[in-house]
Amino acid sequence: MPQLNAVPMSWYLILSAILFSLGVAGFLFRRNIITVFMSIELMLNAVNLSFVAFSQHLRQVDGQIFTFFVMVVAAAEAAVGLAIILTVFKNRQTLSIDEVSSLKN
Amino acid sequence: MPNQPDLQLWLILFFPLLGALINGTIGRRLSKGLISTIAIGSVALSFLWVARALSELGQLETPHIERYFTWISSGDLKIGFDLSIDRLSSIMLLVVTGVGTLIHVYAVGYMDHEEGFWRFFSYLNLFMFFMLILVLAQNFLLLFVGWEGVGLCSYLLIGFYFLEKYAGDAAKKAFIVNRVGDFGFSLAVLLMVVHFGSLDMTQVFAAAKKMPLEESGGVLTAIALLLVVGACGKSAQVPLYVWLPDAMAGPTPVSALIHAATMVTAGVYVVARSSEVFLKAPVAMDVVAVIGLVTAVVAALIGTAQNDIKKVFAYSTVSQLGFMFLGLGVGAFSAGIFHVVTHAFFKALLFLGAGSVIHALHGEQDLSNMGGLRSKIPITYWTLMIGAVAIAGVWPFAGFHSKDAILLAAHAHSPWMYWVGVVTAGLTAFYVFRAIFLCFFGTYRGKAHPHESPAIMYMPLVILSLLSVAGGYLPVMEWLAPLYPAHEQPHDMTLILISVAFAFAGIFMAYYVYILNPGSADGYAKSLGGVYRAIAGKFFVDEAYDAAIVHPLEQGSRTVLMNGFEEVIVEGGVNATVAVTRWGGGFLRLLQAGNIRSYAVYILLGAVIFLGVMATNGGAR
Repeated sequence: MPQLNAVPMSWYLILSAILFSLGVAGFLFRRNIITVFMSIELMLNAVNLSFVAFSQHLRQVDGQIFTFFVMVVAAAEAAVGLAIILTVFKNRQTLSIDEVSSLKN
Repeated sequence: MPNQPDLQLWLILFFPLLGALINGTIGRRLSKGLISTIAIGSVALSFLWVARALSELGQLETPHIERYFTWISSGDLKIGFDLSIDRLSSIMLLVVTGVGTLIHVYAVGYMDHEEGFWRFFSYLNLFMFFMLILVLAQNFLLLFVGWEGVGLCSYLLIGFYFLEKYAGDAAKKAFIVNRVGDFGFSLAVLLMVVHFGSLDMTQVFAAAKKMPLEESGGVLTAIALLLVVGACGKSAQVPLYVWLPDAMAGPTPVSALIHAATMVTAGVYVVARSSEVFLKAPVAMDVVAVIGLVTAVVAALIGTAQNDIKKVFAYSTVSQLGFMFLGLGVGAFSAGIFHVVTHAFFKALLFLGAGSVIHALHGEQDLSNMGGLRSKIPITYWTLMIGAVAIAGVWPFAGFHSKDAILLAAHAHSPWMYWVGVVTAGLTAFYVFRAIFLCFFGTYRGKAHPHESPAIMYMPLVILSLLSVAGGYLPVMEWLAPLYPAHEQPHDMTLILISVAFAFAGIFMAYYVYILNPGSADGYAKSLGGVYRAIAGKFFVDEAYDAAIVHPLEQGSRTVLMNGFEEVIVEGGVNATVAVTRWGGGFLRLLQAGNIRSYAVYILLGAVIFLGVMATNGGAR
């Protein structure tokens, strides 16, 4: 099958890397828990993108199956994580991760 | 050799061992009656089995040997679990099991009110087991097993009242001093292995006998001297006698059985058993005689100034053992063994009598708190009196016959030994009767209300006193004669009369000082001044040992081992480990700041490094 407007493999990977780096940067530098949480989701999805890209490139279905697993785990994580965030906010009236530090010391 | 009957000699050992095991394992749950039945029964059965074996064996012209199994086999050296009875061990067997049975019976009465009844009898039976191994052993290694075993039981029984510090200390002292002797003994055994390639007594003695004189001198003398070192430890001879007086911390039946009648004579037995070796080593013989004589004199002197009734008899035991060694040393082996037998009778009697006195006075042992007990505990008085007359060597009691046999042999060897021995015998009579007079005559100086002991205690006393009267007529020396080279025994009436005269002089001196002029003893002591202080201080031997051995050892341990090794190396090592761990922990703690973002940075850095390495290596393949 002829590849008409084939996007080169490297573009996907570059996009994936950019998204991942954004996720890392958000995770490291933002204080709001929800933003941090979204950054984690962003990193996961960046990885998903590269999985799918490789799957397409290598003509193997494994990467796509793996992506589904990641999405399932991410969904579960979102449910649990948001519940925790809600509880934290109810108890402390804050969403700054630096102030949620009672386990320290 | 005629076909030897199978006598199952192992049963002699088996009965006491079984008794010890039963009482030692489930004795705690058994009634006192059952415990005593097992304890007495096992020893009595073993006595009966000895009697049966001896009646089967008849004249015992050749030793009866039973070989059971090979115990150790290493190259050419084969050591078997072999038991034997010859004329010498038959006598020891009868004494050990016979006197042992009587003392077990007595102990049931004596220990009635004590804690740990079952423990006591299991130790006592275990002692009988090891003592019988010692006597029955056909090779030196098996003998050594018994030798160490009786030492162990002695330790356990001296320390029977282990809640009292002095009992624990006395037990340790006995054990440690005995180790010194045992070291010599084990070296002797090793020398035998090296030179004879066997430990079987028959073979060793045959080899020793055949050894030409020019070869034998050094080796046999060395073996004999090392055996003497061992015998000095076990039989409480100078310079290793110091443990025996302290050993009186144990219960009185123990003092009677182990520290008077049986175990302490093991040294005499071993020397007599190894007579073939000693006869070829005249130097060692002289050493034995001199050690015996010195011990007899020193212990008798100390005995005159002791105030604890058991200590008096303890020193008299040491002194009498010295007489036995004198007998062995001058070549009168059979006289030495004869004295072992009679001594077992009258010294067991004296100790059990002393125990009966102590029992009557509820634990009082100090002679200065006794007196006038003659009418209050008459049976104890009469039996103890017989024991005292017997040890003093008055004709026709048992002590007279054996002691005079030794003294006559000493005279034949060298007259000065006879004279020292005779004076010591007089001294013996003096201090034993001093104890008797202080205990039974005069007015009662104590507070406790004396009461006569129960029949289970005085029946053994009565039997032993009969033996102390008649024991001198047992034909022990005639029975042993074939084992030893003929020893001329001049029946010199003068010498016998002199020694009896000394005995009576000793008794009279005690009578004069303690009955005719009560209270005059302190005056005599004062007029003797320094001499008396030296005697009362036991010649300061314990103090000398403390200064020469114990103190340097303690100091050495403290400075070298404690301040040096313990504090610098052990504690320093531990402290260094602690410091390194603490420092490392302080460093690693920085990584665990609890800050999620720094963790994320670490993960990121890790991932970057990992990928970087992968990339430089050309990626995964």
